[in-house]
Amino acid sequence: MEIWNEAKECMSRDQMTQLQSARLKKAVTNVYHNVKFYRQKMQEMGLEPGDIKGIEDINKLPFTTKADLRDNYPFGLFAVPKTEIVRIHASSGTTGKPTVVGYTRKDLDTWSECVARCLTMAGLGKDDIIQVAYGYGLFTGGLGAHYGVENLGATVVPMSTGNTKKLINMMIDFEVTGLMCTPSYLMHIAEVIEEMGVKDQIKLKSTINGAEPWTEAMRIQIEDRLNIKAFDIYGLSELMGPGVANDCEYHKGMHIFEDYFLPEIIDPNSKESLEDNVTGELVLTNLNKEGMPLLRYRTRDLTSISHDVCDCGRTTARLSRFKGRSDDMLIIRGVNVFPSQIETALLSLDETTPNYQIIVDRVGSLDNLTVKVEVDEKFFSDEIRELEKLEKKIAYAIQQMIGLATKVKLVEPRSIERSEGKAKRVIDNRKFD
Amino acid sequence: MALKQLSVFLENREGRLEDLFQVFEANNIEIHSFSLAESSEYGILRLIVSNPEIAKEELRAVDFSASLTDVVAVRLPGGFDSLKSVTDAVTSEYNIEYMYVLSTEKDKQAIVFKIKNVEEVEKSLEEKGFTLIN
Repeated sequence: MEIWNEAKECMSRDQMTQLQSARLKKAVTNVYHNVKFYRQKMQEMGLEPGDIKGIEDINKLPFTTKADLRDNYPFGLFAVPKTEIVRIHASSGTTGKPTVVGYTRKDLDTWSECVARCLTMAGLGKDDIIQVAYGYGLFTGGLGAHYGVENLGATVVPMSTGNTKKLINMMIDFEVTGLMCTPSYLMHIAEVIEEMGVKDQIKLKSTINGAEPWTEAMRIQIEDRLNIKAFDIYGLSELMGPGVANDCEYHKGMHIFEDYFLPEIIDPNSKESLEDNVTGELVLTNLNKEGMPLLRYRTRDLTSISHDVCDCGRTTARLSRFKGRSDDMLIIRGVNVFPSQIETALLSLDETTPNYQIIVDRVGSLDNLTVKVEVDEKFFSDEIRELEKLEKKIAYAIQQMIGLATKVKLVEPRSIERSEGKAKRVIDNRKFD
Repeated sequence: MALKQLSVFLENREGRLEDLFQVFEANNIEIHSFSLAESSEYGILRLIVSNPEIAKEELRAVDFSASLTDVVAVRLPGGFDSLKSVTDAVTSEYNIEYMYVLSTEKDKQAIVFKIKNVEEVEKSLEEKGFTLIN
């Protein structure tokens, strides 16, 4: 299989370390001079840009968290004047305030470069026709994938999400060979293809799927089901978007594009660095970003890292399949959901008590979100009509907050399972191992 | 004086009705009549009982959502054939929300219904010669 950028993806470890060290020094100097937040943090720690001689000094630098992004809402972490920013993306934050990221033209080129590397890993090239079925909009999935396909030189069909039958009909008519979407949406597409009885008319070769956790078993199942090759992609809007890492045809972990992202694995409690192949929290540093470069961003994603050279010839480090989160964030249909958002929505209504439980199920292949809310005497009505109205009102408030359709289920007081007096807020029935 | 109906929220879960009746039994509460309204996920049990205040407190003590609702209870002088005379007497801008039977005993037939302006409706029924049950 081909490699999009052999010079960068197959470097020797020494060359990579040299490149990363040079870029890290530049990045630290840049944020020290251009981002007040980092300058203050470094000054508090008695750290100057000159103290960072290379990636071996990464431990000296301060962490960045999602809370820092929120506190600096909207543009506080930008390192360039607004005139240099050509695009904004945003994702949901913990309290309803979105997390905003800004890109310069060069940042967008970098992003397209990374996505082109991913597509090449999946065996796709300029002869392919690729449907992008991530949501287009503030979410990084749609546009990020889109420009990557254009950069590759392939033909992009910007489907976005929604009409699955239309997607399948176009897949047949255009002889589509590649598809980028969430794993759960791919499963749904497979079901609809089977329902329509058109499996033998599909020319699909490869799919790239990410933005939500899935299992190796699910990946293999979908490959067999559609007779395709499915690839795992990783990304997060804070650092860039989809395309931070991707797995190759050997599926032995995702190759992270180390010339742009410096990975570390830490113990989420002690914050100590962990060795290769030990699971911990992934921490990423932007090495070559202009718009909003982040130092040591705590992703909260749990994984391990390996520096062994892969059979595909790439020398870049690989991230093992993600094992969960070190916080309570849920990823539902590619959307980040925090229990605290549901709580905020409930508290915004006078009629409800914040006694709730979030239940995530995978029905068929789509994630379903149900929120149980305890019925309190204060707002209990003896008319079904009123209770149904209340359910709708709660569902609407939650949808406004998290952007996902939610089923609300009213339950009896104190019926939500409690352990040691503390209610269990989240029941995730999806299986990811 | 309106009649106090006991309203209880019930999840569609096995054993919940049994739990409820156990509370009644333990507190010597008699049921005169009831009606169960249901949706796919839950139901509302509406009851006319001997001691609604105590029933409500005892149910709340074991985590039921229970409340008291004012309803109109009226005898039907000519049995159920005279239902129309009741609806005619309820000249109101409001609709009857729900209605169920309180008694089928001969010459003592009676119904219960919920409406928004209880006092006004009761007054009007009494003026027209109906007997209310409190």
